[in-house]
Amino acid sequence: MSAATVTTLANGLTVILKEIHTAPVISWWLMYRVGSRNERTGSTGISHWVEHMMFKGTPRYPAGTLDRLIDRAGGQWNASTSLDYTVYYETLPAERIELALEAEADRMVNALFEPEEVDAERTVVMSERRDNENSPTFWLSEEIRAAAFRVHGYHHEIIGDMVDLQTMTRADLYAHYRACYVPANAVAVAAGAFDTAALLAQIEALYGPLPAAPAPAAFVRPEPPQQGERRLQVERPGNTAFVIVAFRAPRALDPDWLRLELLDSILTGPGGGVDNKTSRLYQALVKTGLAAHVGGGLQETIDPYLYSFRATVSDGRTPAQVEAALLTEIDRVLQDGISPAELAKARKQATAAFAYSTESITNQAYWLTQSAVLGDYGWFETYLDRLHAITRDEVQAAARRYLVPRNRIVGWLLPAGQPEAHA
Amino acid sequence: MSATFDLPHSGNITRVELPNGIIVLVYENHQVESVVISGSLEAGSLFETPAQNGLASLTAAALMRGTHRRDFDALHATLEDIGADLSLGAGYHTVGFGGRALAEDLPVLLDVLNDVLRAPAFPPGPVDNLRQQRLTEIKYSDDDTRYRAGLAFRQALYGPAHPYHYLTYGTRDTLPHLSAADLTAFHRQVYGPRGMILSVVGAVDTAAALALVREHLADWTNPHQPALPDLPPAVPPAEARHLYTGLAGKTQASIVMGTLGPSRFAPDYQAATLANSILGEFGMMGRIGSVIREELGLAYYAYSRLEGGPGPGAWSIAAGVAPENVALTIERALDEVRRLVTEPVSAADLADNLSYFTGRLPLRLESSAGIAATLQSMERYGLGLDYLLTYAERLHALTPDDLLQAAQHYLDPARFVVAVAGPNGSAPAD
Repeated sequence: MSAATVTTLANGLTVILKEIHTAPVISWWLMYRVGSRNERTGSTGISHWVEHMMFKGTPRYPAGTLDRLIDRAGGQWNASTSLDYTVYYETLPAERIELALEAEADRMVNALFEPEEVDAERTVVMSERRDNENSPTFWLSEEIRAAAFRVHGYHHEIIGDMVDLQTMTRADLYAHYRACYVPANAVAVAAGAFDTAALLAQIEALYGPLPAAPAPAAFVRPEPPQQGERRLQVERPGNTAFVIVAFRAPRALDPDWLRLELLDSILTGPGGGVDNKTSRLYQALVKTGLAAHVGGGLQETIDPYLYSFRATVSDGRTPAQVEAALLTEIDRVLQDGISPAELAKARKQATAAFAYSTESITNQAYWLTQSAVLGDYGWFETYLDRLHAITRDEVQAAARRYLVPRNRIVGWLLPAGQPEAHA
Repeated sequence: MSATFDLPHSGNITRVELPNGIIVLVYENHQVESVVISGSLEAGSLFETPAQNGLASLTAAALMRGTHRRDFDALHATLEDIGADLSLGAGYHTVGFGGRALAEDLPVLLDVLNDVLRAPAFPPGPVDNLRQQRLTEIKYSDDDTRYRAGLAFRQALYGPAHPYHYLTYGTRDTLPHLSAADLTAFHRQVYGPRGMILSVVGAVDTAAALALVREHLADWTNPHQPALPDLPPAVPPAEARHLYTGLAGKTQASIVMGTLGPSRFAPDYQAATLANSILGEFGMMGRIGSVIREELGLAYYAYSRLEGGPGPGAWSIAAGVAPENVALTIERALDEVRRLVTEPVSAADLADNLSYFTGRLPLRLESSAGIAATLQSMERYGLGLDYLLTYAERLHALTPDDLLQAAQHYLDPARFVVAVAGPNGSAPAD
């Protein structure tokens, strides 16, 4: 497996290329450094809505044309908006990759944002939000974020607040597009079956002529430290109670982030398709019958975000019981740390999960893109080595820094009509 | 180094039938560090009565709750300590299983598979814990519009005498009555090697993998293993049926509408899948997506789906829309169905979809899991190991008239089941 090469074009576009010759496939990603993190009140959800508009056509590729061309080529494409970035990707049989390169170069500058398409997409995005709202847990997650972040843009959902979806205009969306979709604010990633020099020449020919413009100044308001536990309750019609316990967590480039990630493998399981029945929280919550499900995790974010635990309260049990058992397990880590056997298990699980996740070319391109978002191109490639170097003492110390009551946000979702006593 | 695209075929797949009837398929993929196993055995819900609904599914899931050699914790520690995974789940006809490990750990994976298939203990405590989890999950699903619309659609499409009328998961009424003893009896009676398929794909040596499979599974017998029950005939409703489920606190409605489609064995299955692609899949959800989502902006999702499978699975359209747009969405979707059964598709539409079906093979076969799923289908549906070599040729023989006939064969909009779940008090007028 070759190392990735990183090139910056004259107009500021960063290009990361990694040859992988395991299958005749290439995955092409174009990431813009703008996400819900950068959105102001009144424009929440604008990054995501603009992402939708990027599928609504350019003069060269009217709406729907690329859907058909990419399916015809046997490819797949999609896009997503995250807390930190907006990204578009195509994975295609290697000999058809030109289509992806041309499509992304074209829509970086030529997206139309036709008024009637903006109107139609407003209802589609509102429909997407309503679809989320149909799930009672969406309301709890939204309130947890809002409680955790009073100042920082992580406080609102990526989909945006309904009132902003109702009021944003075509001019707002187009201004966001013109400001943020410039080469200097973008990173392009290719992984797959290509020759690096030849592909770079193709990329330079298509993307080199795109007009240079300064990257926009990112709108970010750092969140002040939390001064004590925050608690909330959400009541929605339904049959099931949920508990979320979240802790303010470090940014992904902080050494403590990976220590907590390792700890999470022990507390809630390694993820990545591996089960969690031997994890501490499954044993304490699910095996005992208190909860029907428990999970958790951190996100690899630019700014400090959350380490969250989520549990589905079993029928006949209470959120208070589940929360108490969960916090007992957290306290156990703070008091006693983790065992040598648990550390060895977490390392082996990470090795396996890493092997699984790198078997897909699309996944490799995703992880290279994620590394670029964080500003450390080697973040993914050194991940396993850094994880294996972590000691038990470091895990416990990180837990003691972050998994403490004053850093905590606790939320209960209560089925309406079944009031619970406050803890 | 450059990989050429070598389709799995009879020259690179090894297929062995063990004396006890198990079919083993092995495909070496040395581009990866892991191994995937995938398989099925004939132990699905066709073997249960309506009063026992959920028995096959609970039995399959409870195989992982402890064996005579390993209790719950030991069983899962064996897998999780090495980052391996194995899961089993019951459908109507079969119990499917899938597992993954680093290639060096294939012996562990097969040892655990053998252990749970042949020596499950069904310990009452862990089985009861599993049942309680399922009851909580069902209660949660009962409040989910997509789940409720899908359930109402299924129940109306298949009568109570048909096994497909029921979800394999069981219900709040049946699950409490299924005991550990019931699971033990079901396992003893139904589980056996005949009809079992096991695929192994990954960084393995074929001979070594086959030796491991033989070591573990070749001596499995069940002289009383019953034949898979015949599926009763399914007949779509004689006239259109409209069903509405109202739920408190919902802002969006889910629609599931359609009728019976072809089984995977039907001669016109392939023509029907192409027709379905044009209707609600190709180019971001086909004609349905184009009208409902792109033109009218009514929905975040709108697509059609053809289940296939060993029986006549459903051919359905699904969409999520605001309550006030339900009636318009249904009408426009029915318009597209009427168009599909009256107008031959254009040569351009057919060419696009043929290109889509054949062109996506490299992506589908990129992963070991994708290859394993393909091997399973080849064996389960008798497609032959060279199915992929002749796939493009067979598809390209299909004409717009073949697609029209397949659509006409299955899709009668006047007999559609239309199920909607959404906010209380928002049922559209019929």
